[in-house]
Amino acid sequence: MTLFEGILLAFLIICAISVSVTRNLLASIIIFMGFSLIMSVLWLTLEAPDLAITEAAVGAGVTSLLFFATLKKIHAIKAEDAKREEDDSDEE
Amino acid sequence: MRSDGFLKSLVSFVENGSFREEDYTLSPAQKDALDTDIPENRWLLSVQHSEKPVSARLINWFSHKGVEVFNNLYRIASVFICVTLIGILLSVVSFLPSFGSAENPAVNEVVERYVSKAIQETGTTNAVAGMISAYRGFDTLGEAHVLFVAACSVIVLLRVDPSERKRGRRLNPDRVGGDMDYEPNSDLILRKTAKLLVPLAFIFGLYVILNGTSSPGGGFSGGAIMGAGLILHSVAFGFKRTERFFGDEMYHVIKTACLTVYALLMAYFIYMGANGWDDHVWLGNPGGIISGGLILPINIAVGFEVACTMYCFYALFRKGGL
Repeated sequence: MTLFEGILLAFLIICAISVSVTRNLLASIIIFMGFSLIMSVLWLTLEAPDLAITEAAVGAGVTSLLFFATLKKIHAIKAEDAKREEDDSDEE
Repeated sequence: MRSDGFLKSLVSFVENGSFREEDYTLSPAQKDALDTDIPENRWLLSVQHSEKPVSARLINWFSHKGVEVFNNLYRIASVFICVTLIGILLSVVSFLPSFGSAENPAVNEVVERYVSKAIQETGTTNAVAGMISAYRGFDTLGEAHVLFVAACSVIVLLRVDPSERKRGRRLNPDRVGGDMDYEPNSDLILRKTAKLLVPLAFIFGLYVILNGTSSPGGGFSGGAIMGAGLILHSVAFGFKRTERFFGDEMYHVIKTACLTVYALLMAYFIYMGANGWDDHVWLGNPGGIISGGLILPINIAVGFEVACTMYCFYALFRKGGL
């Protein structure tokens, strides 16, 4: 295992933990996107380039897009925006 | 009589989620008995003292502290189970054979055959493509059908009927089922970037599909890239612009045609193979685009089907129709 792979694996573990710990749904989806991206680079280092391509397109791209669409559908993003506005007005 | 009261208090606990105060305090009659200290009534006092600690006080304590104690125990147990599981898995991993070593049990005569005979038998320099589409073609056919069934079930669940959409708009102009009425009005940066990236994504996807027999990739990867390109196009330019070249009808034609072609090709393979006949397919020249015999058309069919399924999922989630 090279140093590069070690750093990637450490990032992978950090991402995996922070996805489940993060309270903000939008942020956790973006972290999940980062997880998939790191995973696709790891596939490359494991000499599976076809899996790397699929992981980047499906894991980082389409899955996160579907998550975003679902969040929008259940008004989770909008609710967070409203909450932030409320917080801002409270501070004022 | 006391047990009756205890039952009542239990019932009230179940109904209200907590005890009423009179369940574990003295009633006026009992207080009178204690105050006057009539010898015959002393048993009441003793009963009160002996029963209150045992049942009522226990339940009282449990109803106040029990949840907290349970939550703490739950946390401790979950951490314990997680740590144990991690420990077991890590210790098992240390017993696994090292990655890529020649003594691995996975390196057997099957792998040898794939590596040494793939070029002669399937005409592919990319042995993975030969394995997926030729040696284990039946497996991949099943996967393609899984995709098809998944897309069908998503359509059944999420599709908004066009007539329903019209009626909904008339009845309630502000709120309609899908996002069809909220055309994404994206910003300039997204549009300009998409103008650059969408053609690139399509060309790269096509390249991955066509070159799947001689380089990493193939139907699934290339189809995923093309599907991502389609989704990007519809995010940046709106559903109407995408519908101009990829609508409902187009989707159904491409999807069913691809699946039928794939199933027919596989049926030919299986029929010839099961009878022990030679499938007179020209394998092409290994390394070029036209190589691998039937693997190239299979890759094209799978690629277009995967692209369709990707876009179908996205469109149904966003607007409830293609």
